[in-house]
Amino acid sequence: MLEIADLRKSFPPAETGGARAEIVRVPAFALGAGEQAALRGESGSGKTTFLHLIAGILAADSGRITVDGVVMTSLGEAQRDRLRAQKLGYIFQTFNLLQGFTVLENVQLGMAFGGGVDKGRARELLGRVGLGHRLNHFPNQLSTGQQQRVAVARALVNRPKLVLADEPTGNLDRVHSRAALELIREVCREYGAALLLVSHDEEVLRQFEKVRDFKELNQAVQ
Amino acid sequence: MTLPLLIYRSLRQHALSTLVTAGSIALACGLLMTVWMVKTQSQEVFTSTNTGFDAVLGARGSKLQLVLNAIFHLEASPGNLELSDYEEIKKHPAVRTAIPLAVGDNFRGFRLAGTIPDLFTTVEYAPDHAFAVRPGGAFFKLGAREAVAGSFAAQQLKLKVGDTFHPYHGLNFNEESMHSETYTVVGVLQPTNTPADRVIWIPIEGVQKMSGHVASSANQISAVLIQLRSPAAGFALDQLYNKQGNRLTFAFPVGAIIAELFGKISWFDQVLTLVAYLVAVVAAASVLASIYNSMSARRRDLAILRSLGARRRTIFGAVVAEAAVIGALGATAGYVIYFALLTGVARLIQAQTGVVLDVFAGHPVLWICPLAMIALCALGGVVPAMKAYRTPVAETLAPVS
Repeated sequence: MLEIADLRKSFPPAETGGARAEIVRVPAFALGAGEQAALRGESGSGKTTFLHLIAGILAADSGRITVDGVVMTSLGEAQRDRLRAQKLGYIFQTFNLLQGFTVLENVQLGMAFGGGVDKGRARELLGRVGLGHRLNHFPNQLSTGQQQRVAVARALVNRPKLVLADEPTGNLDRVHSRAALELIREVCREYGAALLLVSHDEEVLRQFEKVRDFKELNQAVQ
Repeated sequence: MTLPLLIYRSLRQHALSTLVTAGSIALACGLLMTVWMVKTQSQEVFTSTNTGFDAVLGARGSKLQLVLNAIFHLEASPGNLELSDYEEIKKHPAVRTAIPLAVGDNFRGFRLAGTIPDLFTTVEYAPDHAFAVRPGGAFFKLGAREAVAGSFAAQQLKLKVGDTFHPYHGLNFNEESMHSETYTVVGVLQPTNTPADRVIWIPIEGVQKMSGHVASSANQISAVLIQLRSPAAGFALDQLYNKQGNRLTFAFPVGAIIAELFGKISWFDQVLTLVAYLVAVVAAASVLASIYNSMSARRRDLAILRSLGARRRTIFGAVVAEAAVIGALGATAGYVIYFALLTGVARLIQAQTGVVLDVFAGHPVLWICPLAMIALCALGGVVPAMKAYRTPVAETLAPVS
């Protein structure tokens, strides 16, 4: 599903405040179809950059990322956008919901740039995450836990092959954190999506069978 | 569905600035269309308004003043001419019809025009349109103290058949200058949409021999309205009266003389048009500023959309389309402003001249202007769209960790 080889990313001095700094150097990483794995990493370790590279939001300096058989690193930006829209789901720590859009619209936008909008599927998934009665609410009318569930629904509505989750429970308390994590893993399983989650929370990491330490994975000198 | 949704939600989120911007576009669009239509329609209507006459004979003076006085019932008469002048031109072989006109009195500000019944019975004020009175009315009889009110004058003065009134001396209403004669309204004209609608018509000797008028006025008139047998005859009479004679003025052709007036005041149109263009440019700039200023607040939303797979060109297109939609909203509202302004201007022109502009008349400017405004707004959207296009997704969404 996901294969990474010799991936490198550095930022120019303007962004690092000094000499060009290498943030990511991952010689190899792989994740099978439907597999769920977690990466342990502290703040500033480059794990978000790593996920951005996999998602095609950032272009790698060198190396190779293959998603569902497509070599993303050989694609132009527009093609990466299309691949992201079709095959990837992204769950952010801060949820990144569009505040001016309703719950249903936020989820519909998750498929708007990929295979096309299926309102029925969006409703169904929102029902699945327990928000069937909040379709026309706006994000600021929801609790933090409910917002997280919208983000989960948005990431999965397009039936992605791979879901990337960046500290998805970082803004939730312990009780909601556990519930949110269970929901993410469960829905990914149901939809057959592989899950790559990064977190520094041991409580979260303990729930994964496959956990990699990003410090070991990332050989960039920081 | 996505693009309309993105535009709709963005406009709703910035409802106030959307309204203000669309309002300024509406104003610009409405102003431009109004200025244009008033200019073209009034020029067209005024130059074609001759109330059925080809020329006017009057005292020596300005042709324009003569036409304005005798045809449009504006301005003072440049002077009087002798009744014998009327008799002479009436018999001229080139003249088909000659109708004498005497002015100098009013009723509550509406001009009294003395003439003969032939004006109503032999002249068509426009091709295939003869003067007619409303049911129950009649044209006045020569020698009688009877009046026929033009439709607009009757409406404004609430005159109806059987009403009586005293004329007032002069062309402007002065309560202290009432004549002792009493006139009875015997008819109200059907609307003609010409200056005749603003006039109260009475027999010519009524004006000539009104109490208080100088005795010499009994044999004088203000002008002669003339229908020619052929346009060529007009040039012969022009030669006769204007070149060879020095006592009278022959104003011909009426339309060309009014066109000269529009030529003289064309600077006014140009100033108005320039103002309207400036308003349009300012409105388009306000679209640019409004969307551009909102870009900082929308950076995150744009980055989220990009993270969901929206391409740069999609974001660019959405912002340009949003600007165009603001332009379209403004242009649509511009029609309301246009109709309101044109109705107001048309009423003013009708009240002042009797000439009626057609508020619902079509003209290419009515679709060119809104489309140009939308295009201008879309162009104004390009700058903020470029900013949106360049939004760095990774930086905007989260601090690098």
